[in-house]
Amino acid sequence: MAQITLSKLAHSYAANPNAESDYALKEMDHVWQDGGAYALLGSSGCGKTTLLNIISGLVRPSHGRVLFGDLDVTDQETAARNIAQVFQFPVVYDTMTVRENLSFPLRNRGMDAAYIAGRVNQIAQMIGMEDILNRKARGLTADAKQKISLGRGMVREDVNAILFDEPLTVIDPHMKWELRTQLKQLHRQFGHTMIYVTHDQTEALTFADKVVVMYDGRVVQMGTPEELFETPAHTFVGYFIGSPGMNLLDATVSGTIAHLQGAEIALGAGYGPLKGRTQIGIRPEYCSLTDGAGLPITIRRVEDVGRHRIVRADLFGQPFNIIAAEGAGISPEMTRVAFAPGKISVYADDWRVAGGAV
Amino acid sequence: MEKTQNNRAWFLVLPVLVIVAFSAVIPLMTVVNYSVNDTFGENEFFWNGLGWFEEMITSDRMHDALGRQVLFSAIILAIEVPLGIFIALNMPKKGFWASFGLVLMALPLLIPFNVVGTIWQIFGRVDIGLLGHALAAIGIDYNYTNDPLDAWITIIVMDVWHWTSLVALLCYAGLQSIPQAYYQAARIDQASRWSVFRFIELPKMAGVLLIAVLLRFMDSFMIYTEPFVVTGGGPGNSTTFLSIDLVKMAVGQFDLGPAAAFSIMYFLVILLVSWAFYTVMTALEKVETK
Repeated sequence: MAQITLSKLAHSYAANPNAESDYALKEMDHVWQDGGAYALLGSSGCGKTTLLNIISGLVRPSHGRVLFGDLDVTDQETAARNIAQVFQFPVVYDTMTVRENLSFPLRNRGMDAAYIAGRVNQIAQMIGMEDILNRKARGLTADAKQKISLGRGMVREDVNAILFDEPLTVIDPHMKWELRTQLKQLHRQFGHTMIYVTHDQTEALTFADKVVVMYDGRVVQMGTPEELFETPAHTFVGYFIGSPGMNLLDATVSGTIAHLQGAEIALGAGYGPLKGRTQIGIRPEYCSLTDGAGLPITIRRVEDVGRHRIVRADLFGQPFNIIAAEGAGISPEMTRVAFAPGKISVYADDWRVAGGAV
Repeated sequence: MEKTQNNRAWFLVLPVLVIVAFSAVIPLMTVVNYSVNDTFGENEFFWNGLGWFEEMITSDRMHDALGRQVLFSAIILAIEVPLGIFIALNMPKKGFWASFGLVLMALPLLIPFNVVGTIWQIFGRVDIGLLGHALAAIGIDYNYTNDPLDAWITIIVMDVWHWTSLVALLCYAGLQSIPQAYYQAARIDQASRWSVFRFIELPKMAGVLLIAVLLRFMDSFMIYTEPFVVTGGGPGNSTTFLSIDLVKMAVGQFDLGPAAAFSIMYFLVILLVSWAFYTVMTALEKVETK
């Protein structure tokens, strides 16, 4: 087990990258703590899998170094790195039995037979496959095969890290929940560093202590779920995390006031002159419908999603969402929106700008 | 609503039936007819029952030809299947060289059988052939027209040259269909090269490999043109395989009765083996989809 350091890491699949767009991964410096549970979150094609494959050694980065602890492993083969990885689609050895599949990584490392038998039983119990240990893997369902893949990923105790590449895509929803809980439990029990790639925010937020959000080949934010929610460092984080995502409005900012089509909004913090496209962002959770103060909006529809209601509206011609608590009344007179003080973020060219004292 | 039955539609199938009857059924029946009759000429036949079959089944000549045939098929399968797999594993997987390799491998398959025979017939000649002459020049006593072993080696090398590509191309197609994740998982699991072959590549190739073996078995079991062009079945009878012997018997000696009995048994053997292969293949598929 070791801390994983990515130092000036970048990767391009092109032979001679010139423009920044040639890079699947843009230069990054990050440290992944030993024993952390990380989720790597982002939309498809943002470089999550590339980053994962670089850490496991399946892909050699074109620039920069990968360190495990103090050891530079950039040029080491996957096998030498002692890492486990579970892929998006089930990979099982068809002609082997379930038991042989689970013990394969241990046998390849020449572990002792008694230890292997014990460990395989332990894992089989965890993934609920004790009954079919002696069956051939070939005839099993996709669900069961993916559980074998997960089991094979977890069977080694001494790995530096376990990497999961959207492992629950093919699993039934009720199994998903259970397996995720088991992974979490396993993490507490053994303290392996786990990196879990997903594009599902619920999965990311329930699994991880720290969520790493990637966008267009960049890590845009690495933080706790709470940090991602409260202070998204990039408009993508604001938009991607939360349901619905953060409201983003084009505005001009001067000092402590944002100007929005003639209206003024107090920001609760002071800002210097900003360059590029400026936007203000506020979570739907921190907006409320009023019949007095606030900005005028046009309500399009109200969706009741159970625990709360989502108000879909227009604010100066831009779409705007508000979350109204279950008990809160909504009446035809409520045509204005008020913002909770101190919950507004300011973005210049998509990156968050920290506000100073008022 | 009940459908109206109109059996006149069957008449539409009639042309096909007529063509198949003339192209296959009637000639086959002629053979069946010859196999149970005897004649002393003048187009007069008399019933001989299963006499020809008994004679053929106990004849040393047929036993020898069958023995040579089985040996030949076994040898070329034992060479072409592993060699084809080996070549497929080492063919370039993408880029220009992948296409180049595919074209190169496909070339021998495009040459007509008698041309292949002629190529090797000349290639192996000691007086003017590149191979034969070169071997003689370095002092190797090689002559496929005199020495049975040399004749066998020539024919086997020729068949390997001609047909290994088929096995290789089929295996290549099987290998190409394996997702990258399998190889990546194997690296994660620290599998050896042998394990990757044994547990990933071979199982994924099994389907196409079975087809390759079936095709190569059938073709080699029926081989005629190439050895006929190269050795004409000689020296002596050493390369007289079943087809060659059959043609000698039917066209050379005009022993139509025994030849007919011979060809029916030959046909049944091939049918039996094909059926066995088919059964094994479908059984495997069932296991696969279970």
